[in-house]
Amino acid sequence: MDTKKTSLYQLHQDSKAKFVEFAGYQMPIQYSEGIVEEHKFTRNHSGIFDVSHMGQLFIYGQKDLVEDLERIFPLDLKNLKLNHSKYSFLMSDNAGIYDDLIITKIKDGFLIILNAACKENDYKILKRLLNDKYKMILDEERSLIAIQGPKSVEILKSVIQGVENLNFMSGNWFTLDDYNIYVTRSGYTGEDGFEVSLTNEFADKFTRRLIDKGAKLIGLGARDTLRLEAGLCLYGHELSKDKTPVEANLKWAISKDRILKGNFIGSDIITKQINNGVNKIRVGIKPEGRIIAREKTKIYSESNLEIGEITSGTFGPSVNGPVAMGYVENEFSKKNTKIFLEVRGKKHPATICGLPFYKKSYVKGVN
Amino acid sequence: MSEVKFSKEHEWIKLEGDIATIGITKHATEMLGDIVFAELPEKGSNVEKDGTAGVVESTKAASDVYTPVSGEVVDLNQSIVDDPSKINQDPESSAWFFKLKIKDKSEMDTLMNKDEYDKFAKESSA
Repeated sequence: MDTKKTSLYQLHQDSKAKFVEFAGYQMPIQYSEGIVEEHKFTRNHSGIFDVSHMGQLFIYGQKDLVEDLERIFPLDLKNLKLNHSKYSFLMSDNAGIYDDLIITKIKDGFLIILNAACKENDYKILKRLLNDKYKMILDEERSLIAIQGPKSVEILKSVIQGVENLNFMSGNWFTLDDYNIYVTRSGYTGEDGFEVSLTNEFADKFTRRLIDKGAKLIGLGARDTLRLEAGLCLYGHELSKDKTPVEANLKWAISKDRILKGNFIGSDIITKQINNGVNKIRVGIKPEGRIIAREKTKIYSESNLEIGEITSGTFGPSVNGPVAMGYVENEFSKKNTKIFLEVRGKKHPATICGLPFYKKSYVKGVN
Repeated sequence: MSEVKFSKEHEWIKLEGDIATIGITKHATEMLGDIVFAELPEKGSNVEKDGTAGVVESTKAASDVYTPVSGEVVDLNQSIVDDPSKINQDPESSAWFFKLKIKDKSEMDTLMNKDEYDKFAKESSA
């Protein structure tokens, strides 16, 4: 099967990207300056990320749709205001995570941003769960461009006036060169920033405008180190069909009201796990020294019991040291618990720590 | 008179008397990207030709470092362990990895000279 290309493919090539195949797409892993420089540039200035491979699912409907979606997502969607977004999950009956996603209330329905590798399957699952009752468009005609980092608001507002008035996790429609553009203040780096949904034919021109204003293209490599420092989960690593939101330490994303009332897919398991606890839970892990513990590294207790496994681990350029996340048995999940990581046959000391590794600077109260 | 040779695993080796200085090539660092971790063999240990003798890690992945000849590890470059970014900056000189007292000089004959290596590197990355 041929790999797909995003609308920015030519721009990536012009910018000397190294490509990798990711979820069936040719995507830039890094550009000429390298992952560490790209990471730091995003933290200190403004990075542009082509995330057009992600799914943009528009579902149209009124009151019925809200009720039907509440049987799927553990959210208080009735009270979700127009243009406001929530982080959530598509779950199995056992509360295993099929995907993690952002759902935004738009006029006449909802916009759901899905992971690239999951989007086709999500679409099928949702279509079945909604009994084909609503118009659903997994929109391949639109690109998604993220701009992240402290200078992003200045840069984006010089191109699209008014975006500076958006609060974190909210969005709106804007018009630029007669194109309708949906902008949300959100991201995946732990920095203030925006995600811009726009028609494919305008994506290249729009992105070049951001570059002219001083932002730089950033590859998937730095996207991974940025999100890991920010303590954010990556589907296929921290999250999978075998993990529930409670195990993933994401119960904050489940509306309290919905936990009490239940009646959503997976709610029995979620309620049980919230009341009785879970065997293993996601934690932050800080290795001592410089040793990098990658995915699948085994975790041991001080008394040499195997207690879990790393799900993501790398070197954090802003932390200037190794960082990791993984699952450990509940009794070893407290902050400051000493653990050992087996790397290349040798056990290295590490500590369970709070997340994020790098402090967020989201803009919350503009208005 | 010193002699610099290269291995297919992208190490360089410089022989002076019976002491060989070993590091990774500029081409290797370009393939790896930003190096953020380096591990060296133990001083005093013996390493065998083509065996692992260290590890480098970039933000993306870990890669073994091999020794192109056999010998006893007589010196280590601690500065690249303390600051692995030095390997990207100056791989073929100040960011050497370790020094060996070699056993069999004829092992050098199996390695490539600069022209052969440059050709090999170009072909292997094409």
